Amino acid sequence: HIATSLPLPSERDHLRPRIDLIVFVIDIKSKCSLKNVEASLAYVDGSFFLGKVCFLVTGVGRVNCCSVEINAISKLGEAYSSPVLFCELELEGVRVATAQRLLRMLQICAGLVSGFSALSFNLLMRNSADD
Amino acid sequence: MDETVAEYIRRTVLKIPRDEIKMMLQKWGFLSEAQLQTLNFHQIKDNISQEVVQLCEENSADIKQAAVLDIIYNHIYQNKRMWSVYQMRKTGEELECFDLTDFKKKFKRRLQSALKNVTITFREYEDNAIWIRVAWGTPYRQPNQYKPSYVVYHSQTPYAFISSSVLKSNLPLLCQALIVASNYHDIREMELRSQSLNSLKDIVFKRYSQNFQTYCPKPLQERAVEPENGDLRIINENRSEKERIQRLNQEAFGDGPQPILQFAQYKLETMFKSSPEMDVLDKKEPFRCLVKFSSPHLLESLKSLAPAGMADAPLSPLLTCIPQKARNYFRIREKRGLFPESFVSP
Repeated sequence: HIATSLPLPSERDHLRPRIDLIVFVIDIKSKCSLKNVEASLAYVDGSFFLGKVCFLVTGVGRVNCCSVEINAISKLGEAYSSPVLFCELELEGVRVATAQRLLRMLQICAGLVSGFSALSFNLLMRNSADD
Repeated sequence: MDETVAEYIRRTVLKIPRDEIKMMLQKWGFLSEAQLQTLNFHQIKDNISQEVVQLCEENSADIKQAAVLDIIYNHIYQNKRMWSVYQMRKTGEELECFDLTDFKKKFKRRLQSALKNVTITFREYEDNAIWIRVAWGTPYRQPNQYKPSYVVYHSQTPYAFISSSVLKSNLPLLCQALIVASNYHDIREMELRSQSLNSLKDIVFKRYSQNFQTYCPKPLQERAVEPENGDLRIINENRSEKERIQRLNQEAFGDGPQPILQFAQYKLETMFKSSPEMDVLDKKEPFRCLVKFSSPHLLESLKSLAPAGMADAPLSPLLTCIPQKARNYFRIREKRGLFPESFVSP
């Protein structure tokens, strides 16, 4: 499901399946994008932050068009204890690789990988980032 | 042949891209086909232009023929100049037949009686467009061929398009000659400027696809937003919002291609409104501010603002009224009355 902001429109509540992973896409070229994500985070239930939320920063290929500071995004990731992924949608290779990563994360969060939960994955991602 | 004419022809040919030189010389028709065959179009432009000048020398070209070549160049590359639109008015309902020779005679006579040294050239094109090139001089100097003015007049309409590189002092004379020649009695400059002459014509002749407000009590079902890439597994949560934006955009801009404008300028003459504590201006005078939007294709970019999520739909009517009002320069003043809102000056 793709949406431009949260909360999701209530008229489709009955049609929506269970949500396993929320990916917040931040366009590094647009400050509005970051503001929008920060505003939408308030509508997410606390239980999602145990490994079912991740931040995806796009547009990192164009270095001179960056409007948002990477620092701000890292702090956001730390504050919500969720991983931050970087990608560039305009390059097909990176796009495909990012999609594969997200799919893998989704599999874990949906419980389809036996012996591995969303929370353990989240801790794994966090520990490796701190190193 | 005069040296100045030779130099002028040489410089005009140099402006033309190499692949187009042959075509333009053919359109010009001053050099015979046999002469054109002798030209080598595969050498550097410097040499090509020298050869052209030599051929023109053989045919004894004068400034009048050189001016025709210049008009041809500017007609093809009309989008390099900035054009302004002028509207003429006449009193009474005299429906006179337009006589081209009469128009040319009167125009020439009016200009030449005021200014002895001018070069005036006419060229007619299809769609009733008359292109007029005027090179201006002074009583003591020959006309400057490198800074001419261009006027495009459509005989069946009250509109004339003038290329703005004109020396400002000659503009009143040009306008006067136009109204005298075309039997109008008044001319005014419209607040509409663009580099695309065809787009200006589209706007004033109302040739762009306008959207007429239709009353739809129920939203039409035909306009469904197509699924992205046809992949039904991707579900768009904000579909109704997207459709609303699409519909409002279509009402504001219509379906067809938009006329090409480069600027929209808004001059604010409104009072600065701030909270009383801030008290920024102690004198109550209008806050002077100029807002300018620029883009290679302004209307198309405005049309894509709401779908791209960069602006809320519906867009401000100040932006969407540009083609209907046929203007892209606005002055916004305070509305004097009970409700101090701003309004757009006529």
